[in-house]
Amino acid sequence: MLLIKCPWCGERAETEFSYGGEAGIVRPAEPDALSDAEWADYLFNRTNPRGAHKELWNHAQGCRRWFGVERDTVSYRIAATYELSSGNTESGSQGP
Amino acid sequence: MKYSAFSLVRNAFSHNRNWQTAWRKPEPRRKYDAIIVGGGGHGLATAYYLAKEHGLRNVAVLEKGWIGGGNTGRNTTIVRSNYLWTEASLVYEKSLKLWEGLSQDLNYNVMFSQRGVYNIGHNLQDMRDIERRVSANRLNGIDAEVVSAADIKKAIPAINTSPDARYPILGASLQRRAGVARHDAVAWGFARAADELGVDIIEQCEVTAVNRDNGKVTGVETTRGTINADKIGVVVAGDASVLAAMAGLRLPVESHPLQAFVSEPLKPVLDTVVMSGAVHGYISQSDKGELVIGAGIDAYTGYGQRGSFPIIQHTMEAIIELFPIFSRVRMLRLWGGIVDICPDACPIISKTSIDGLYFNCGWGTGGFKATPGSGWVFAHTIARDEPHELNAPFALDRFVTGALIDEHGAAAVAH
Repeated sequence: MLLIKCPWCGERAETEFSYGGEAGIVRPAEPDALSDAEWADYLFNRTNPRGAHKELWNHAQGCRRWFGVERDTVSYRIAATYELSSGNTESGSQGP
Repeated sequence: MKYSAFSLVRNAFSHNRNWQTAWRKPEPRRKYDAIIVGGGGHGLATAYYLAKEHGLRNVAVLEKGWIGGGNTGRNTTIVRSNYLWTEASLVYEKSLKLWEGLSQDLNYNVMFSQRGVYNIGHNLQDMRDIERRVSANRLNGIDAEVVSAADIKKAIPAINTSPDARYPILGASLQRRAGVARHDAVAWGFARAADELGVDIIEQCEVTAVNRDNGKVTGVETTRGTINADKIGVVVAGDASVLAAMAGLRLPVESHPLQAFVSEPLKPVLDTVVMSGAVHGYISQSDKGELVIGAGIDAYTGYGQRGSFPIIQHTMEAIIELFPIFSRVRMLRLWGGIVDICPDACPIISKTSIDGLYFNCGWGTGGFKATPGSGWVFAHTIARDEPHELNAPFALDRFVTGALIDEHGAAAVAH
């Protein structure tokens, strides 16, 4: 069982949360300007790293707010959780 | 050495001291005609069919761990072909046909047991979906039938078909040719048969880089040195994205832990396979008497080869909903495999933008049943440098063209 620290509610069990996938994927401002391959890359392709991963979680059974989590995908250890409003939304996909 | 009744007797007289090992432990050569990265069932089957069907025998299978240590040995061994969409059902049906002759073909008993698979419906929409899927299967020449709750109770006395159940059983689809096989034997059988045809199976050999020159692959760097080849087939399940990144590619897959469980051994109680998408669990009984149980993936991505406790609880709840009689059975072992899930829950068996580099991945939660068929079409793709008509729809570029094959929720059990 993961213990996840919601930035607003504190540490709670993983069953209170829903997983939102890789962080830092920004919807292209002008989809019409993209090729099909670029659009597919945005829509479907994922980094899926083995190791450090920045991802989105939602405290679905609690405050229902989204936040960022930095988690290791092998040890499942959570290094940090952070509010998205603090300008961190774009920091994810490149990894640390 | 061919396994037979005669060889059993002969080796009994020498106190079973002269059995040869099932496959050699060769040192890697510097160059092969083709390299298969990943010594799971799919990779070994690919190497076997490359040698057998396409005469390509200068082939190496590189495995970072040991044969049978990955997902091939970490699943619930169910084999079936009752998928909804034509593209998917035909590739799984090809596989099922190969399963039916596999023990003879490999000269290795994979203990394929066609004991039937029931996919249970618990509400009217389930039953409509079952009718639709059974009809689609029959149009594709795949055996399938709809059975009633009374039929189910007659065939499986231990199941709870009471109308008072929280999720009452209304009926099921039944594929009688479906069943289970012994997972370890599948890996060992393919390894032995491929080795006999000259394939080098190299264990403890992890690929660390994919070498390219002018948009063509030239070989791989491994923990046992550089190995060159003009054709490289990658079939590494959960690690597909990691291998793709070595070649500068991005894939539409994400890796998740999927758990399975076995109970303490029981007297025979369940002689078929029961799956339910609505309560989400599946169960069969092994020849040793253990109940073999599986369910869903962890929602988050992971490479940890273990699952989370909430999934264990959910799985047991689903099984006890179907079989209240199992509520006091103790679980003996549990394990997790890492499955690579595609957005449309269908595999990628494809050429890539790099010449000579082929990927076979994205089988998600349902790869075991496809082992022989996956190897058969992947071998064709590698040998001819073009897909077989069975796997042409499973090209990587379907995510660009939009021609997805949406088996999420359609394939008889939720993925």
